[in-house]
Amino acid sequence: MAWRLKLVPDNTHFRFMHLRKGAFGFSGLLAVLSIVFLIILGLNFGIDFRGGTLIQVKTPGPANIAQMREAVSSLELGDLALQEFGEPDEVLIRVERQVGDSEEQQAAVEVIKGALENIIDGEIEYRRVEFVGPQVSSELVRAGALALGLALAAMLVYIWFRFEWQFSVGAVTALVHDVVLTFGFFAITGLEFNLSIVAAILTIVGYSMNDTVVVYDRVRENLRKYKKTDLKELIDLSINNTLSRTTLTSVTTMLALVALAVVGGPVIAGFVLAMIWGVVIGTYSSIFVAAPVLLYLGVRREVFDKETDENAGDATPA
Amino acid sequence: MVALVVAAGIVFVLPNFFPRASVEKWPGWLPNQQINLGLDLQGGSHLLLEVDVASVITERLESLGSEVRRTLRSERINYTGIGIEQKGVRVRLTNPDQRDDALAALRGLSQPIVTNAFLAVGARDLDVDVDSDGVAHLTLTDEAIAERQRSAVEQSIEIVRRRIDETGTREPSIQRQGEDRILVQLPGVDDPDRIKRLLGQTARLTFQLVDLDARPGGRTPAGSVVLPADGRSSSQQTEYIVRREIMVSGENLINASTTFDQQSGGPAVSFRFDAAGGRRFGQVTTDNVGRPFAIILDGKVISAPVIRQPILGGSGIISGGFSVQEANDLSLLLRAGALPAPLNILEERSVGPGLGADSVAAGELASIIAFLAVMVFMVMAYGMFGIVANIALLVNMILIGGGLSLLQATLTLPGIAGVVLTIGMAVDANVLIFERIREEVRTGKTPIAALDAGYSRALTTIIDANVTTLIAAVLLFQFGSGPVKGFAVTLAFGIASSMFTAITLTRLIIITWMRWRRPTALPI
Repeated sequence: MAWRLKLVPDNTHFRFMHLRKGAFGFSGLLAVLSIVFLIILGLNFGIDFRGGTLIQVKTPGPANIAQMREAVSSLELGDLALQEFGEPDEVLIRVERQVGDSEEQQAAVEVIKGALENIIDGEIEYRRVEFVGPQVSSELVRAGALALGLALAAMLVYIWFRFEWQFSVGAVTALVHDVVLTFGFFAITGLEFNLSIVAAILTIVGYSMNDTVVVYDRVRENLRKYKKTDLKELIDLSINNTLSRTTLTSVTTMLALVALAVVGGPVIAGFVLAMIWGVVIGTYSSIFVAAPVLLYLGVRREVFDKETDENAGDATPA
Repeated sequence: MVALVVAAGIVFVLPNFFPRASVEKWPGWLPNQQINLGLDLQGGSHLLLEVDVASVITERLESLGSEVRRTLRSERINYTGIGIEQKGVRVRLTNPDQRDDALAALRGLSQPIVTNAFLAVGARDLDVDVDSDGVAHLTLTDEAIAERQRSAVEQSIEIVRRRIDETGTREPSIQRQGEDRILVQLPGVDDPDRIKRLLGQTARLTFQLVDLDARPGGRTPAGSVVLPADGRSSSQQTEYIVRREIMVSGENLINASTTFDQQSGGPAVSFRFDAAGGRRFGQVTTDNVGRPFAIILDGKVISAPVIRQPILGGSGIISGGFSVQEANDLSLLLRAGALPAPLNILEERSVGPGLGADSVAAGELASIIAFLAVMVFMVMAYGMFGIVANIALLVNMILIGGGLSLLQATLTLPGIAGVVLTIGMAVDANVLIFERIREEVRTGKTPIAALDAGYSRALTTIIDANVTTLIAAVLLFQFGSGPVKGFAVTLAFGIASSMFTAITLTRLIIITWMRWRRPTALPI
């Protein structure tokens, strides 16, 4: 047989369940740390959720951010953030929402533009101007939270419907773990948390679930196949069965994400970083969180004895 | 069937590889829909506006207050203290004997609500009642409030459309959103600030006489009001006392255009009244020669020229120290008409064309790199089967592109991220199948048996695993806004097409190959 790249050798027999206590401790620690950092540092909310104005400018030469910050902060528009954005000649300016109605917001943009034009020679390109009012930002917070909550609930129900309640509890525990750790990641790194990060978290939920289902599916199959095997060994076997697939898919997804991270530009950088983090912890949690939960909750094996093997004769004609 | 779907995908994706101009000339039977680029990719402005409907009601109550005053006066009914309440007007009658007269007179103010159909036939706009303390309450009915707000929003949309059309923006999209919001999307707008300035003004123009009897700094007479000067004009005066009574308003204008003031030489706006407005303007100017009148825009006095002679021609000019742009904008606003209520900008997202083009380029590059990397990896991992998976991946991309074109979905930057992510995740279904086949081969099955078992066993897993991601995508679409919706769309398309290609296309290719080659061992 021809040479094949094998990231995982055939017929592995890793005893993952032996590590479950350590893994639970590790995950628990990370989750607690995430929550602690969330409380202490909070999230660096973007204007989507906090309201305010964002201006992305491209200056004729490399931007002198210190000078620009000085010029804009002398305007006394309140909370202000300037950062280089992707390229040395691009700067992102964020200003908090001004007191008053849309006229005041408009005026703030005008005076910032004026201040920048005073200190920068040559033409400034205004690449992006965004303003989010308080009503819209609170609606976005609500919609984001609702979407996340509904996603978890929908997964819970779907898995319950397709498997057993123990599986659905295990899967959702893993998902909550992923979501909490992603929040923690954003609290610690201070990366901007905006709408696209919510999208990333939902995608992570989808991805992690995908991974978990693959393992669970194999557990279910093995439960039918090996009626006498100890549950612990059976779960280990199922994880080992699917290990090659889990690794391969993580790698291809990672390849795509790295491509996006390297050349995709700064606008989606936050999203991509969140996804990379999510793929890592999503893969980890399917093996070390979702699977051991099954062991703790126990599985009523007779349920699977009664069912006929759904897999038999279920092929789709090509 | 498989071939048909793939062919359809190719046909629908094709127009995207040609410039738009040439595609528009294609014969009608060819699909000519291209993928819509979102505002974040082609540049443009997204504005979410809110009609200040509360102000419409406040205004209605104020005018109701004056109507009450006029009515009671003409009926010689004694009253004191007209006050405006949250939803109505209250007035205290001083003579209890006039209670019934007052009730009858005030009821006369109530009018049937005119709606364009079905809604609440016979409903009236006011409830009138006098309580035991002799206080009359005139309350707007809920129907009346709803009707006023509805028509204010509808009118606002119309005025917004007219104003934007006047600027010559191509393909604007102006939609009502929710109860009192208007979503304006302007692809390719290069000066969003101007649009915002145009939409930010109600542009209510009135001509009112200046009250010369009132002394500045003194007490303002009841029939007059103090208004600030616009600040642009050369006049030193910072505020004016003008009569409340409106001589003529912008509603009577039939045309406005930019011109030059012959005296000062500066830009000005010339206007023309309709017949009724011209007559009224002529009459008032005849009666008030030698006195100044104020030209008021949105509560600010633009200028207050002295009437030198009666203005009978029904036209005139407004000069107030404008720049050419300002004069152009003002005449545009006057032509398009006044908004019934102020508009507040709730959300703005404007992207310049430069950033949009950069994003498209970055997205394309990332897609190509991701595509090549995944393809190489798949061949390394699965050999010939990897090539088959790569063909499926290619077809996948075609199907996503074709689907997006066909449904005229909008591709956004997060949408491109969704496509790239799909490249990585789409191979998952094939990976699941191939891994399964490998396992079956290891148990000693014949190639055909291993293949069959691999596909059928992997099927339930693929479905379960993808449905969960699909759930996430649907929720994203439901609750996301703008660009995020675009991401959800491409993600969902990617999942659906990857399931389709993995289950049907690769199987077809592999089975065809096996029939042709009849291998004794699977090269997997």
